[in-house]
Amino acid sequence: MSVTTTRAGAQAPAAQAGSRRRRGSTARRPLTGVLFVAPTAVIVAGLFLVPLAILVYMSFMDWPLLGSPTANGIDNYRHLAHDSQFLGAITFTLLYTAITTVVLFAIAFVLVAISNSRRRGSRFYRTAFFLPYVVGTAAASTMWWVDVSDRLGVFNQGLQSAGLIHQPVGFLDTPGKALFTVVTLVVWKFVGFQVIVLLVGVQSIPGELYEAARVDGASSLQRLRYITVPGLKPTLALLTVLSVTGSLLAFDQFYVLTHGGPDNSTMTVVLALYNKAFQSFRLGDAAAEAVVLLVALIVLNVVQLRLLRRDRED
Amino acid sequence: MNRALRGTAFHVASMVLAIAFLFPLLWALLNSLKTRAEANQQPPSWFPHSLSVANYRSLATFDQGIGTYLRNSVLLAALTVTGSVLVCVFGGYGFARFAFRGKTLLFGTTLGILMVPYATILLPLYIVLGHLGLQNSLIGLALVLVMFQLPFGIYLMRNSFEAVPRELEEAALVDGASSFGALRHVSLRIVLPGVVTVALFSFLTSWNEYLAPLIFLNDGSKYTLPVMLVNIRYSSYNIIDFGALQAGMVVAMVPCLLVYLALQRFYVSGLVTGALRG
Repeated sequence: MSVTTTRAGAQAPAAQAGSRRRRGSTARRPLTGVLFVAPTAVIVAGLFLVPLAILVYMSFMDWPLLGSPTANGIDNYRHLAHDSQFLGAITFTLLYTAITTVVLFAIAFVLVAISNSRRRGSRFYRTAFFLPYVVGTAAASTMWWVDVSDRLGVFNQGLQSAGLIHQPVGFLDTPGKALFTVVTLVVWKFVGFQVIVLLVGVQSIPGELYEAARVDGASSLQRLRYITVPGLKPTLALLTVLSVTGSLLAFDQFYVLTHGGPDNSTMTVVLALYNKAFQSFRLGDAAAEAVVLLVALIVLNVVQLRLLRRDRED
Repeated sequence: MNRALRGTAFHVASMVLAIAFLFPLLWALLNSLKTRAEANQQPPSWFPHSLSVANYRSLATFDQGIGTYLRNSVLLAALTVTGSVLVCVFGGYGFARFAFRGKTLLFGTTLGILMVPYATILLPLYIVLGHLGLQNSLIGLALVLVMFQLPFGIYLMRNSFEAVPRELEEAALVDGASSFGALRHVSLRIVLPGVVTVALFSFLTSWNEYLAPLIFLNDGSKYTLPVMLVNIRYSSYNIIDFGALQAGMVVAMVPCLLVYLALQRFYVSGLVTGALRG
């Protein structure tokens, strides 16, 4: 069979027209193609498009968990405008997203510098930074909850042994400390992913560019400014989209570590949505919240993709 | 001299960071091997005075027993991985090799799943699964997780198949093989790295997923490991057993770490071809 390929390859320029006709031969059996994509189509229709339609429909209904739903127009959306918990959750989620994104990038750059080094051992360091990423968020959050415990958490123990604190700190006791603790967890768990993606980006910049710059006498700072940063732009944009989207949808870490407390100060949008649906059983209101979140994220993604595309055309 | 000094500084700084990242994982492992009393002692001891598997034993009797949760997690992962691989291989092949009406629309809609935050459609999915009789079922949960794997998996498999020369299959077709036969005997071998990547990603997602099982499963005997873990943490009616909790964490984390370490190169290549070319 490989003989056939080689021959076909050798005749490729002459057989351009022929190969187009052959392409036609598969295209002439559209039914086979449809059969291959049928499972995809069924799943996309049944588990994505239908639920999406139901979500929008639900958001215009008074929908208790038991009993029959009744239409109530845009009441659910009106409730949202006066729902202080939801509004508070939006503010907090935005704050959390801003902090997380900035801190993640700052630390990722340091770790990329280490991982990208030609020195021996950098592969080991890279793996060490990445391993937390493959651990589940629920397991990692549980772990953090144990480690920050003021009774037998290792973080307090370590700080005390080092003489930095004298009394154990309640890492989840105040809104500020709770947020700080969640951010440390998120950095530990997710920064490795950023590092790997940035590495792929850095390594895709052609080495000749650096060579040429060095010949022209550019300093390492200039090389960073004029070669690395512009070359990384698409990667940075992609990571920003992923980090912002991920943070806006944060749930596990808050559900496990803070449960939204103290005093609802760390209530995220998805956590508020979850509570509304599965604790208060107001599914219609929850659906309206989901629709608002959905529209916000689609707008955000479209804007980001536009910027990405424009960058690529430059 | 100066150079050697810089090398040492590099390694010292890097080592400190690497240890900071690995420490929480090792600490959980270390604690899980302490005796029950030592694991719950305050302040904690740095090193176990004696090694013990008592914490793993006490997991055996937590609620339904760790065996049940482990089995559920394995079953869910097996269903999700098998489902994602089958659907993505067939779908990717169909998109790469055939022309049919609605192809662009279907492909675009599949990628559109990425745009929709997953937490927002869990609510109506709960209702859809109810109508299908798949609420509180690992099969229903696996279907949902497969759906969320589709954008990445279909995109990756389509790219992989497109990179396979058509002539290879044409030869098999001439020899009388069916389209399915050509896929199975010829192209599938070449795109195997892509298949492994899809399998790896869906394994990690299904093994670690927390919110979806929390919502879709309401029967303790169906719970998966992450749900069990958080339940131990919230078992407020009695005092939390930190030893058992950390043993549970180790059971939940070790399979992911091992699978990742074994298949590392597929993870990165999957990122490069699948996620970053978008």
